[in-house]
Amino acid sequence: MKLHDIAHSRTGDKGNTSNISLIAYDPAHYPLLRKYVTAERVKEFFSDIVQGDVVRYELPNIGALNFVMFQALGGGVTRTLALDIHGKSLSSALMDIEIPDNSNIL
Amino acid sequence: MRKIRLGGGAGYSGDRIEPAVELAEKGDIQYLCFECLAERTIAIAQQAKMKNPSVGYDALLTARMEAVLALCWQKGIKIITNMGAANPIAGSQKIKEVAQKLGVKGLKIAAITGDDVLEVIHMQDYTIEETGEKLSTIKDKLVSANVYLGAEPIIEALQGGADIVITGRVADPALFIAPLVYEFGWSLENWNLMGQATVIGHLMECAGQITGGYLADPGYKDVPGIGHLGFPIAEVSEDGTVVITKVADAGGIVNLITCKEQLLYEIHNPATYFTPDVVADFTGVQMTEIAKDQVKVVGGTGSPKTELLKTSIGYVDSYIGEGQISYAGPGAVKRGQLALNIVKERLELTGVKVQEFRFDLVGVNALHGAKLSNGYEPYEVRARVAGRTKDMKEAVRIGNEVETLYTNGPAGGAGAWKVAREVVAMVSILIPRSLVNYFVHYEVV
Repeated sequence: MKLHDIAHSRTGDKGNTSNISLIAYDPAHYPLLRKYVTAERVKEFFSDIVQGDVVRYELPNIGALNFVMFQALGGGVTRTLALDIHGKSLSSALMDIEIPDNSNIL
Repeated sequence: MRKIRLGGGAGYSGDRIEPAVELAEKGDIQYLCFECLAERTIAIAQQAKMKNPSVGYDALLTARMEAVLALCWQKGIKIITNMGAANPIAGSQKIKEVAQKLGVKGLKIAAITGDDVLEVIHMQDYTIEETGEKLSTIKDKLVSANVYLGAEPIIEALQGGADIVITGRVADPALFIAPLVYEFGWSLENWNLMGQATVIGHLMECAGQITGGYLADPGYKDVPGIGHLGFPIAEVSEDGTVVITKVADAGGIVNLITCKEQLLYEIHNPATYFTPDVVADFTGVQMTEIAKDQVKVVGGTGSPKTELLKTSIGYVDSYIGEGQISYAGPGAVKRGQLALNIVKERLELTGVKVQEFRFDLVGVNALHGAKLSNGYEPYEVRARVAGRTKDMKEAVRIGNEVETLYTNGPAGGAGAWKVAREVVAMVSILIPRSLVNYFVHYEVV
């Protein structure tokens, strides 16, 4: 299944750094996100876009992960040449990531 | 327990005006807070002020005040905003003018200054946080330097009897923290309360982004009445517990989905969110839907504020020239690609000096590049060329080379568009708190 089926997401920007939240609709799916959506996987997924590191923070209280992606916005909203100056559309790309069906894991 | 209701009247400088009127009319609020100052807005406002000392405040200040001031005055709702941008004093005088025109009497307006530290930062060669380079490397191009003030000056203005407080650069959550500290008499050194107040401010500062804006995804996240989205209300109790809600018949939605997305918006490490008032920790936050469109939020904590304050530096970085042109029907992608190749060749041939380029096919790869777009072939595409140059004359030539594709490029080039602009970019430095002084100025109508 795709992340789109079990989670939602929003992108924010600060300078040349983008952050993407990944939030389980059902808190029961949080361990699945934690297991399959690693910082390495997100860095690989956005390898055309993100030049720097990807750091993942965990918020089990609200069933969410927060990915902070450095050197991700072509210099940041104030100087980038990109059409999407804030990187607002990045969260929608993340929703396309495939993870194994949860039926035999939970 | 005593409760205070704060309304979030705007989430950015160009935001809609009527949701704030709806909040003032039907929100049963005591404070209406407008966050209207993006990072770069203040640098552009500073440029405007250099040309004309009576401007430099937010372009929509007059329109927003004309819309809400009389109503807020009548109902005793206080207004707090950073619409002063580069010139809070001129902003407060403009508000006075609006008040006089509306026949409002007995109004006290406070303007906060002290965030403009352009003169102060010359005393030392600071390191730019983003690049590690010294500030002296861009000293000839500096436009503005504004330190993030905290809630303190706004609290002082409220204690001084202000009905309206207008600031320049302050930390966005401070617009919401200040009225809570003032009303409840919280200690500015009760770090956990300051952390929770920061959570409240952070949830509220983007207005519609917590009531269903920047959210809808049909079939997954549906937002009722999105065309008449209401803005948020924070009903805060004396112990810091908050219920986020909206006007009942306003459009939009407040639920766990909207609140969680906004909690993490523009957050890096959620355990250490640095503000001038506190280092807030969002990791203990708990959210509960207690009724329709009512989410209770508790558990924000904090630790002592740092001795360094973030300062945004605006500087003239470069110029950007851009051009776009569309192609449709069979072979659209190939013609779009041909158009990009032609522009590339033309810019080389004519010797346009470009530091950095971007060639996009909007509809194919402009947002996420070739890898994520999977070779999908749309019916129409828009070829887009953007380049960075050292001066405006060179930047203009980029768009021109796109426009001339009408008569010199592939078949069916449509709707060409071009632009060239100066780029005021932002970086940040950290300066000692001890260098920063704020001032509160009053105007009385």
